[in-house]
Amino acid sequence: MRPVAVIGLGKTPFGAFPDRDLRSLAVEAGRKCLENGNVQPPQVEAFYLGNFAGPAFVGQNHLAPYIGEGLGLDGIPSTRFEAACASGGTAFFHAWAAVAAGIYDVVLVAGVEKMTSQATPRVAEILASAGDVSGEMKAGATFPALFAMIARRHMHDFGTRREDLAAVAVKNHANGARNPLAHMRKVVTIEQVLAGKPVADPLTVYDCSLVSDGAAAVLLAPLERAAEFTAKPVRIAAVAQTSDRFALDEKDDITTFPAVKRAAAKAYQMAGVGPRDIEFAELHDCFTIAEIVALEDLGFAPRGQGGRYTSEGCTLPTGQLPVNASGGLKSKGHPVGATGVGQICDVALQIRGEAGEMQLARHELGLAQNLGGSGASAVVTVLRAV
Amino acid sequence: MKVYTETVVHSAPEAYVNEAPYQIAIVIRDDGSRVTGRILGGRVSIDDEVELAETRGGVPYFKKANQ
Repeated sequence: MRPVAVIGLGKTPFGAFPDRDLRSLAVEAGRKCLENGNVQPPQVEAFYLGNFAGPAFVGQNHLAPYIGEGLGLDGIPSTRFEAACASGGTAFFHAWAAVAAGIYDVVLVAGVEKMTSQATPRVAEILASAGDVSGEMKAGATFPALFAMIARRHMHDFGTRREDLAAVAVKNHANGARNPLAHMRKVVTIEQVLAGKPVADPLTVYDCSLVSDGAAAVLLAPLERAAEFTAKPVRIAAVAQTSDRFALDEKDDITTFPAVKRAAAKAYQMAGVGPRDIEFAELHDCFTIAEIVALEDLGFAPRGQGGRYTSEGCTLPTGQLPVNASGGLKSKGHPVGATGVGQICDVALQIRGEAGEMQLARHELGLAQNLGGSGASAVVTVLRAV
Repeated sequence: MKVYTETVVHSAPEAYVNEAPYQIAIVIRDDGSRVTGRILGGRVSIDDEVELAETRGGVPYFKKANQ
């Protein structure tokens, strides 16, 4: 395998955009990315698209050539990847694998979701199709309900406090207020989180990521050719994709995601680093409890201590391991298929020193973790400065 | 059978909007297997003993034991 670099980045704002359709969002992110990487459409050899539920949200299928055409890509392999909320990370993993294997040199990865054209109960139903519709979802579960049940058990087993969950939301909202592309640039307090509208006990609306429209894109090329395109290549030190039991009630222990632990172990080995070497991370905070569990599964906090680690301030931008300096899914927004690619953009922006008000002091080695469903898919990526 | 974890769903999917709020739980059956079901009657907490009240449309409905 040969080393691969990220040579271009492009993102739309995340938010509710009633006058924008799915294709225009993806095309905007793709064009910005091509421009950022100084790549012309005919130079792109393959197109990888992460999208969770375009067919259900907007009624359009066969999305990769549909968007590729809008980008001026012509005649190249164009494929959509679906792995629930890990769709973007999964597209990125497969694009990396093809470049690392020497099949292509220049590939474009995009992720997109257009969610806000549907009413909330319909959005909940479409998202629920990422779970077991013949079991847990038939009983009336939703994704917030699955993560609420994880939170209840984590609180029971480890003494995690309701305030620890709220601390994740407070931190990520404060971070997102500094992100010009974030969906909700609003600071919240612990009291507001606790008093928020209940969604699935103990989670309130402030514990849940946002229903958003948006797109993100990255360009990949072999590291040895990166200088032809950009003065600021970012090396993909590792990326690993894994899977695990599908339904929550099939797992022996729901307070940990084995898929994330496996992906982390592979990624750390591939990058030749350990959790203590990582300087900052973008984690999949689809719900506040998910960031706490991720801190533990990735080896940043001891098992059961992710909540305390957060409440002690360790994950603040000034802490020992800044987490979600972008605002995370919580504040930045969670256009499902775009999320995994957006995380790569945010880590790469930090490494390039282009994160503006979000810029962290230590920013040479960063990690992104993307989770699908209630843990059936995971992607962990380590990026480092060249 | 006892409750492994539970939640009360306030924001329901389209099909169950009229039933919210309702409680669901992952229940550990006596043979150790697990299933996600609805809770009838009073709310339950982790480790509460429950029994099968009925099955509707393939979904098990549990209630607190001895009630």
